[in-house]
Amino acid sequence: MYKYDQYDQSIVDARVEEFRDQVKRRLAGQITEDQFKPLRLMNGLYLQLHAYMLRVAVPYGTLDGAQMRMLGHIARKYDRGYGHFTTRQNIQYNWIKLSEAPDILAELATVEMHAIQTSGNCIRNISSDQFAGAAADEVADPRVWAELLRQWSTFHPEFSYLPRKFKIAVIAADEDRAAMRLHDIGIQLIERDGVLGGRIFVGGGMGRTPMIAPEIKDFVTADDLLSYVEACLRVYNRYGRRDNIYKARIKILIHELGADEYRRQVEEEFVAVKALGLDPPKAEFDRITKMFAPPAFAAVGPQADTAPNPVFDAWRAQNTVAHKQPGYAIVTISLKPTGGIPGDATADQIDVMADLAERFSSNELRVTHAQNIVLPHVAVSDLHHVWSALDAAGLAPANVDLISDIIACPGLDYCSLANARSIPVAQKIATRFADPERQRDLGELKLKISGCINACGHHHAGHIGILGVDKKGTENYQLLLGGSGAEDTSLARITGPGFSEDGIVDAVETVTNVYLEKREAGERFLDTYRRLGMDPFKEALYG
Amino acid sequence: MDKSAMSIGSDEPAVTLDAFLEDQTNATAVRLEAGEDARALLPHLDRIALVEISFPSFRDGRGYSAARILREAGYKGELRAQGDVLVDQMLFMKRCGFDSFAPEAEIDAATLEAALTRYDHVYQKAADGQVPVWKLRHG
Repeated sequence: MYKYDQYDQSIVDARVEEFRDQVKRRLAGQITEDQFKPLRLMNGLYLQLHAYMLRVAVPYGTLDGAQMRMLGHIARKYDRGYGHFTTRQNIQYNWIKLSEAPDILAELATVEMHAIQTSGNCIRNISSDQFAGAAADEVADPRVWAELLRQWSTFHPEFSYLPRKFKIAVIAADEDRAAMRLHDIGIQLIERDGVLGGRIFVGGGMGRTPMIAPEIKDFVTADDLLSYVEACLRVYNRYGRRDNIYKARIKILIHELGADEYRRQVEEEFVAVKALGLDPPKAEFDRITKMFAPPAFAAVGPQADTAPNPVFDAWRAQNTVAHKQPGYAIVTISLKPTGGIPGDATADQIDVMADLAERFSSNELRVTHAQNIVLPHVAVSDLHHVWSALDAAGLAPANVDLISDIIACPGLDYCSLANARSIPVAQKIATRFADPERQRDLGELKLKISGCINACGHHHAGHIGILGVDKKGTENYQLLLGGSGAEDTSLARITGPGFSEDGIVDAVETVTNVYLEKREAGERFLDTYRRLGMDPFKEALYG
Repeated sequence: MDKSAMSIGSDEPAVTLDAFLEDQTNATAVRLEAGEDARALLPHLDRIALVEISFPSFRDGRGYSAARILREAGYKGELRAQGDVLVDQMLFMKRCGFDSFAPEAEIDAATLEAALTRYDHVYQKAADGQVPVWKLRHG
């Protein structure tokens, strides 16, 4: 994985001192809260309902054991002993003191981490496929491109006061595990005539106006990547709407201009920009590529001789997938225990995961946008051992991609924007469907909950989505069906009138019963919905 | 950045873009509002001594692109950031090609000095000539 050199380290260290100075000036009253806000936001520091929340960047979701351990240390020392892994592959802490935030950044910098641009109207942490470097179906490791973009976007002088936040994802497989087309810019690496390049999609997003990004360019090589995205961003910075925060994302600009006109403007800008020599030389691409070389895979021994264990077998079947290296597996650690808070992990659990990564996964972990953790390189012969350790730490729910593997935003329990709580709804649904056999029978079912229209819980992309709204002072939940953040990207549709907190749990059960009754062989919930449409589900809910 | 680059260089009042293009074609100082197209000035760069770019709010980042467009086109005259210009933005402004500032609120000189000198390295090539780290790495 990527390691800092003296330059990377010097930039992050300078940032710590800069933020320490900004906090000092704020605490001394030299700058107003209004002026401080964009500065703290560009360091991932939000003022929430009860305290400051700090969001720490995990670039493209990749980290090593020492970095993971540091996340546990921060949870223990500066928070209440836990952290929350997010849909942006980051981690956030909910109980931070402003005066301690600079010390936290200083501690993070000792392990090559930071909170730069994890919020604010700038280019956010670049996200990627959590199976990058391990997936059997990738054409290249997308993190090389993501790292080029990370460096380019860090303190970009022209694009730090954009009309609105800006999210970029890079994938390198046909199977999309990163909701690529629901980003402001999504890049899919492909090979054409033996040359690696990226398809560039621009203008996707969720929020209150969900849109699937159209393809703006069919092929951009690594030599032109930064100039091309520079052109994409410059058109947006100049012409994106600034009169209305709800219409300020690039998706609205592209919707209003049309993809063809936006593309024409980008191409024109690209000609001007390309002449400036903004793109690093191939040697830089090669330097980064070398750091993402596959780990040294050991000759794989026979699987440990253990007594048959149906619980382990179920976990292995549900939470591991094939690795590109024979004899290895990719393990997904579910942070979705029945009745738990999706994405939360205690400091002790974080330490356990760090330890397992160091011992069994070439010292690598990944954070997934579904708020789980991945051990990307585990020898099949070690799986039983890894499972035992996870199970002892309460980290072995065998529910990846099942109905209880819920994405949920923090909701009204924490967030100052929320209209309704998300966490209790997630807990009640997971409890209702706690029976593992019942979950497995329902099969792949991506359920996503947002506590307000901003859609941090990705409800638009849920096979089943839930949107919390405020209805005359009472929390009310709308049900949506048919979304997907995968390669078959689609936006979910609202079924009809909303439900109470308990009513939405019943409603979810009702639509899953329709599926069980009507499904054809091999169909997932989403497939049945797509075949039948909304009517039978509506009939069962409201008929 | 030395102190002289911080001062306001030209005393000639800047005319609006419309006036510059239509009536006052002998003016040498022009003011761009945030939403105006910097490229409209490109045919006239050789006779302009000052371009003043307005920042109506520190949140409005259009002026950064306007500055780069002018510098990338070879504009060598004074480029002034005027308006809601805050000390923590001035490094980015300088990197985009601004070389003078007319902030609405007073700026503490020591804070500014620290802000402009804090970073030894930058990741991107921009309009200020600073060498990006990829160039330092590979020559």
